[in-house]
Amino acid sequence: MTDATAQLPGAIPPGADRAAAPLRSSLYGDRIYQAVITAFAVFIPLLLILIAISIGIAAWPALSRSGLSFVTGSKWDVAAGEFGAAPAIYGTLVSSAIALILATPLALGVSIFLSEIAPKWLRQPVAFLVDLLAAIPSVVYGLWGVFVLIPLLRDPIGPFLSNTLGLGKTSLFSGPNYGYSMLAAGIILAIMILPFISAVTREILMAVPRSQREAALALGATRWEMIRDAVLPYARSGIIGAIILGLGRALGETMAVTMLIGNRAEISGSLFAPGYTMASLIANEFSEATNDLHLSALMAVGAVLFAVTLLVNAIARWLVWRVTRASR
Amino acid sequence: MNRRARHTKSRVMLGLTYVAAAIATLPLLLILLHLVREGAAYIRPAFFTQMPRPIGEPGGGMANAIVGTLILISIASVIGLPVGIGAGLYLAERRGSLLATTVRFLSDVLNGLPSIVMGIFAWEFLVRPIGHFSALAGGIALGAMMIPLVTRTTEEMVRLVPVSLREAALALGYTRWRMSLTIILRTALPGIVTGALVAIARIAGETAPLLFTALGNQFWSTSLREPIAALPLQIFAYAISPYDTAHGQAWAGALVLILVVLIISVLARFATRSRFQAGSD
Amino acid sequence: MSTLADSQAISGSAAGAEPRRAPAPFLSTRRLNAYFGKLRAVRNLTADFPDCEVTAVIGPSGCGKSTLLRCLNRMHETVPTASVEGDVMLDGTSIYKGGLTAIAVRRQIGMVFQRPTPFPTMSIRDNVVAGLRILGRSGPSRAEADVVAEDSLRKAGLWDEVKDRLRESAVALSGGQQQRLCIARALATQPRVLLLDEPTASLDPMSTQTIEELVYELRKSICVVIVTHNMQQAARVSDRTAFMLDGELVEIAPTNTLFTNPRDSRTEAYVTGRFG
Repeated sequence: MTDATAQLPGAIPPGADRAAAPLRSSLYGDRIYQAVITAFAVFIPLLLILIAISIGIAAWPALSRSGLSFVTGSKWDVAAGEFGAAPAIYGTLVSSAIALILATPLALGVSIFLSEIAPKWLRQPVAFLVDLLAAIPSVVYGLWGVFVLIPLLRDPIGPFLSNTLGLGKTSLFSGPNYGYSMLAAGIILAIMILPFISAVTREILMAVPRSQREAALALGATRWEMIRDAVLPYARSGIIGAIILGLGRALGETMAVTMLIGNRAEISGSLFAPGYTMASLIANEFSEATNDLHLSALMAVGAVLFAVTLLVNAIARWLVWRVTRASR
Repeated sequence: MNRRARHTKSRVMLGLTYVAAAIATLPLLLILLHLVREGAAYIRPAFFTQMPRPIGEPGGGMANAIVGTLILISIASVIGLPVGIGAGLYLAERRGSLLATTVRFLSDVLNGLPSIVMGIFAWEFLVRPIGHFSALAGGIALGAMMIPLVTRTTEEMVRLVPVSLREAALALGYTRWRMSLTIILRTALPGIVTGALVAIARIAGETAPLLFTALGNQFWSTSLREPIAALPLQIFAYAISPYDTAHGQAWAGALVLILVVLIISVLARFATRSRFQAGSD
Repeated sequence: MSTLADSQAISGSAAGAEPRRAPAPFLSTRRLNAYFGKLRAVRNLTADFPDCEVTAVIGPSGCGKSTLLRCLNRMHETVPTASVEGDVMLDGTSIYKGGLTAIAVRRQIGMVFQRPTPFPTMSIRDNVVAGLRILGRSGPSRAEADVVAEDSLRKAGLWDEVKDRLRESAVALSGGQQQRLCIARALATQPRVLLLDEPTASLDPMSTQTIEELVYELRKSICVVIVTHNMQQAARVSDRTAFMLDGELVEIAPTNTLFTNPRDSRTEAYVTGRFG
């Protein structure tokens, strides 16, 4: 290199000590960068631990006082200092169960439609619309539920179920129906978890290798038989995972449920009866918590909710991970 | 079962999936329709500029709630974005390590945490010790909820940057940190931004974490240390009140909220989709 | 296996050349071994790459030529589980053991890859000077950088085509132009060696020709090492050629000699197309 451009600005003359400056700053810079992003990453588990400890400590007084009867006792009597959260736990489970029963077949149907059957031009718009359901805030669902769903349930849906279908004679649909009910909560929850189950199921179905489908078709299966016998079994644990994921969401839903469920701390066998969930219990009573013990009891409900959703979500994620990993 | 019966059955089942798809898209359309029908009448300029009247009185607006939501989102972003992007970078660069796998898993766990649990945690940690409700506490609770969403999209977007770009930068003499920040992050930025927008849209509609932190406020307040109004809180308060005019306001508020949320979600989808179609070579 | 002494004897007599300065040992490897974990990709390789000459490295797929190249600018070690034994000398200084960081080495030894990799978020001009900006405050001012950009683009034969659109995005260029941009970018930092890893493999014949002409020009000012799987290309652009097989250097000789009168039978088999 002998031309004049050798001394262009920025050019480092041959032989100059190019090592010195880069050596120091690069090691320094790299180390700081690594430390910073590691710190941010570690923040997440730390936050989770903080949440668990925080709620656990606050919940302890009530839990230690009630013992096991906290989850088994059905009397939630603030004045008497008696805190049995069973009605709320029952309500959470039942409303979520209703949601799952209603949402799962629909979500499965939509997902199969989108991943196997829909013509290309229909795929994007329908998927888009279904996924958009997940973007609607909970309080808007609640608003719609109060002014549209509840009246619908009072009339004509309620009478249709109890009189026309004769279900009113069964204990499941007994009692007066004012609209605000376990059923209402279950229905709104079903709409809310539908997009989640569907999105994950779609991912799972797409992870099923083409070879599975082609093998079935080559054996002379009809389209439906291919889906039923080749695709679904392969994806089964993943789909179960998606369903459990939907369950996890339903368990923790607050606003829409609070606005629709009637907020009565009683266990009733009828779907028409009002009820309570853990989330709506906390939402309703927290701001008016009268004493420290009451507060602690509400924290304890939160702790139970935390633990349950944690477990459910962990199982769901693991199931989904198994299927999508195997096909990568 | 003979061939014809099997084919018929197949067609029926497939037809059922069409039905399922139709039913599944129905609620969205119903809700949107209702929102527009009930709420459109109440959307006047006054809605955006006036304060709420005492519940039951006609007129007024949700100006304080709209501003309040904006303030809360800003606080949340200050926490959620740096942590989320930083953690996302870490997960993308140290993909298989034990810590990365753990963090990724726990981030999903954090994502599934019921928002009300986040609310009572924020109360216990940020409100109780201080003695009063505050916008800051609400913003922090929302920020914590943003973290897993931003982390995941950042990780995905950074992983999409081709290895060849990394190598080209290293071969030029870039230090690792400079390469990550100026080349990788810059290239992945559009996707990260849309991910951030989607996260913001999601937390803008959250009510439960705000119930015991920001609390809501009848009056105009922008102070971080005072309770603050927010759109979802206002909608909730009006919805459960017994007055029709309040209900109308609630619908209007819901319409505004959902329009903002939906527009951001739609934009985000289009932005990421076109990136993959056009930019991949 | 060619020894250092042999190389010096051979390189002193470039066939049919006009009188040139006697190439000195400039970039050389000494018993270089490169590993991916336990897998040895380069074996005991000792070779010499003189200044102001183009040396081509040819060989069948998997023979380790790219790995060798990446050892020359310490890019090999960016792969996890990669390791290196032996040494590489640049103008008398060891790049592995001489106290230089990898960063410092890479600023002196530039590299262009198989696929063009312009930075997509930068304009054409910014791409070219990307290597300079990292010097931060001690780097060139904006005006100085513009001078460097023009000079590098001229050297890469791209100036006339882009001088009116320097602010446009680099990805708007064609494949051949992008690759020349990458060459300009590598040249902007005034490296003493330019490494080219199959630079025309993904390009059309027209662009390939342009780049080959460019490489042939570059040898006036810089040491060039080019890896290619295209023997005709090696014959066209290089002064010396090295043939590798299974990680070993089989033969290194002036290009003409290697292709017309190779000493090793394996070389002969390869260049006559019997395998690879």
